[in-house]
Amino acid sequence: MASASMWVPRTKVDWFLTVLRVLALTVVTVGLLAFIAQQIDVDNPFARLVNPDATGLTGPQFRGLVISGFAQGAMYGLIALGYSMVYGVLGFINFAHGEVFMVGAMTGMITSNKLDDAGLWETNFIGSLLFIVAVSMLVCTLTAVIMERVAYRPLRKAPRLIPLITSIGISFFIQNTSVVLLGPTSKAYPDMPDWLTAKRTFLEIEGTKIMVICVAAVSMLVLWLLVERTKTGKAMRAVAEDQEIAGLMGVDVNRTIVKVFAVGGAMAGVAGILWGVLFRSVIHYTGFLPGIKAFSSAVVGGIGNLGGSMAGGLFIGLAESTGPLLILEPLGVSGVSQLRDAVAFAMLIAVLLLKPSGLFGERLSAEDRA
Amino acid sequence: MSATVLSPLLRHVSGTWRRVLRLGTLGAVGQVFISLSGMPVRLDVREIIVPILSLGYLAVLAVPIVLGVLLGRRPEHQEFLEKSPNRRDLLLGATLGGLMGGGGLSVLALLLARFDLRDPLINWSPQLLEFLSFGRGVSFGFVIWLVIGGGLGLVGGTVRLASARTQRVIMTMALTVVGAAILESLLVDLVEGVGLEALVEWLYAPRGGLTLVGAAVLAFVSGLLSLLGQGRVKNFREKIQTMEGPRQTRVNLMLIAAVGVALIVLPLLVGKLTNELLANIGLFVLLALGLNIVVGLAGILDLGYVAFFAVGSYSTAVLTAATSPRIAPEFPWFFALIIVVFIAILVGLFIGAPVIRMRGDYLAIVTLGFGEIIRLLFLSDWLSGWFGGSQGITAIDGVDVFGLLTVDGTNPRRVFYLVLFFCAIAIYISWRLERSRLGRAWMAVREDEPVAEAMGINTVNVKLMAFVVGAVLGSFGGAIFVAKVGSVFPTSFLILVSIIILVVVIFGGMGNIFGVIAGAVVLIGVLGGPKQPGLLVEFSEFKLLIYGALLVWMMLARPEGLIPSARRSRELHQEEFLQDAWLTGQIDTDDTNDLHGGSRPPGSQA
Repeated sequence: MASASMWVPRTKVDWFLTVLRVLALTVVTVGLLAFIAQQIDVDNPFARLVNPDATGLTGPQFRGLVISGFAQGAMYGLIALGYSMVYGVLGFINFAHGEVFMVGAMTGMITSNKLDDAGLWETNFIGSLLFIVAVSMLVCTLTAVIMERVAYRPLRKAPRLIPLITSIGISFFIQNTSVVLLGPTSKAYPDMPDWLTAKRTFLEIEGTKIMVICVAAVSMLVLWLLVERTKTGKAMRAVAEDQEIAGLMGVDVNRTIVKVFAVGGAMAGVAGILWGVLFRSVIHYTGFLPGIKAFSSAVVGGIGNLGGSMAGGLFIGLAESTGPLLILEPLGVSGVSQLRDAVAFAMLIAVLLLKPSGLFGERLSAEDRA
Repeated sequence: MSATVLSPLLRHVSGTWRRVLRLGTLGAVGQVFISLSGMPVRLDVREIIVPILSLGYLAVLAVPIVLGVLLGRRPEHQEFLEKSPNRRDLLLGATLGGLMGGGGLSVLALLLARFDLRDPLINWSPQLLEFLSFGRGVSFGFVIWLVIGGGLGLVGGTVRLASARTQRVIMTMALTVVGAAILESLLVDLVEGVGLEALVEWLYAPRGGLTLVGAAVLAFVSGLLSLLGQGRVKNFREKIQTMEGPRQTRVNLMLIAAVGVALIVLPLLVGKLTNELLANIGLFVLLALGLNIVVGLAGILDLGYVAFFAVGSYSTAVLTAATSPRIAPEFPWFFALIIVVFIAILVGLFIGAPVIRMRGDYLAIVTLGFGEIIRLLFLSDWLSGWFGGSQGITAIDGVDVFGLLTVDGTNPRRVFYLVLFFCAIAIYISWRLERSRLGRAWMAVREDEPVAEAMGINTVNVKLMAFVVGAVLGSFGGAIFVAKVGSVFPTSFLILVSIIILVVVIFGGMGNIFGVIAGAVVLIGVLGGPKQPGLLVEFSEFKLLIYGALLVWMMLARPEGLIPSARRSRELHQEEFLQDAWLTGQIDTDDTNDLHGGSRPPGSQA
């Protein structure tokens, strides 16, 4: 849909949508203005008018929100890469990708606890961490590849909603496999060493969050080099553009698609470990919400666009951690932290309403855009 | 992966044996997975045939049989193969496959005895070892599973190679016995209701499960019936189908009336628990019919259908309950229902309008988002003044029917009649809509939106209508749910509910009213709903796993569902359909009418 005509209402539904868009923008603007007003002066009449109990945020509070937003956003970005790549190449939403991430977090939990039992976790933390990242990447890659082979390959020619429904089934299956094999309770990672969790540097950021952001940045760089600079990456881009022609040009389409799933799975594996490091607890439905949020990130950044996915992840992460306190609290909504997830979903809906092709543009083949 | 590592080795193995190896390995992995999921041990308490077979053993014994049946299949287009496998090869393959499947358990038994992996794997337990070794030591277990696996593989292969007639008789016998065991509580209830306690005592053991004699007699009788009845059912159906218009309508009406009478009489014969089950099934039939309009007819994949259910429940609760936190008008249920329907229409429009222009897959995710948002709003402190937050609204009165009687959860029979009434309405609405101008427009949009638009259909309005009708039916479900349960909590409206209704619709057959009803009866009746138990109560831990697997399997093997809508099935199998037509020379005959109206027997693809 062309973005220019989107704003010119023609039918009743268009009118309704326009009203919705204007309403959404108004809520965000008023909320932000009220926030700014209460930051300038808590007794600001405008801020009082919107929310009589406005308290405002202190500097460190705000910084904390931004940093955790960035750390989570980096994680969402890594998961989003998998959604984005699969959508770019095969043109369907791999709903089960969030579960691959959960498998990564679970693998990390099991491995790290085993290492902790052996005493290696404390004595050689960096080595253990690298090890669990490697194991998790391996397991997630395998999961993603098996998933492709069993469920998606036979459906490559089917109408596009069919693989989506299948992926919902797989998502359900993996989630409940975790329940029946590992139990339905929430499971903890071993304690992180003190030097990592301590707040450090001039910004007073927790070391874990710095680490998460760095790991995500490195993974992203590696992935970018892979896709843009290697022959495999070229094959992936070719298959994304047109499977048949790529096949005629001598690209092994099946193998390339497997590689796409493998790379996406590996990234989800890294993200799973980052989840473990950030939240230190994992349960079978860990994958669901981050999965949806990561998909939103992929859409925000423009699906099929790898850099966009990462940026979209940061955007969603920030919006989710600061949005409730920046926009809803000044508007007088109580208990805003409960609405974090609702805000993330509202972001997805808002982006699709305002700019369905994402902030940085989609990269899809002509066929998928239809 | 493993395939690439093994491929140099496999090159020397011919196609048939490669198939045996592949399926055998898969079977072994499946067996280990089933065992470690805890299914065998947990299901061991449910007996099928009293001293010899429990549901737990059936879960693991079924794998080698299935392997045997799959491997006993003669390859397609045999005449084109260089060397087609003969009967002996196939039987040997089936045995080997079963052996590998059973071997999975043998190896697992050894590992269980040797290592302790209880830490991550909760079912790595001594009980599992005892189950696998029959309490007689590891080496016995190791050998016995190889023997059992091979033997059952051979049995499966033999059945597959037997004549079609024998196959059918054996299938009927097996299904009857297992079916009778699964339906035990229902049958016992029903038979005792009619007053035949003696039959029950003879057929079923006191602590559940068929008796040996009962099973044997059931198998014999069903086998005999299947032999005698061969072809009769089909003939009867063909006879009805070939009847001319008015007579066919009359027969159909008679059938519907018979089913209706049976449904009215049935609750009178059975007890409270069975009525509860029937009411649950009815509730899901209602919800599934609503989703069927959105997904099945209009082709809009709505993953947030639970939103309408939730809105229906909460608005009924607020309007009827005295305990509603903010406003409590305490309307009578039927009057509240009118308002609820209006609210549902508004919500349907509100959710539908923003998503209607989106690509189908984005739409799916966004509706899922709406479903979650609505639940989170009901849960939040922000609106808890209205909806009670996580405390929900409790102590809601049932439905007062003209001051004569009250329908509430304490009397499931009345609930069932209420559900039945609304199901009848929903069926009538669906049936009329499907044949209306609107219904045809929905199907046109489903098949090809741009073309439908070019034919002058206002696609936006048509799709919105689907949302609205779906929302209204969903809100009926919600209103009944409130009357039945007497309370609402946000946890009743998880996304899970949407997915389960979706599985029901897809399993039964998207776009086909009978299919959807059958899907709800089979799935909700046997496995149970998100929180409601089904006939296999022991399955409750595994039912979500099975729902997931079922959804994947249906999409891969039979996307049109159990009882497909003829039109939908042609859409999904267009290519095969055209191919078949080409092979039989229909396309060249220039008689395309025949092609589209031709009766392709359901399930004729592999």
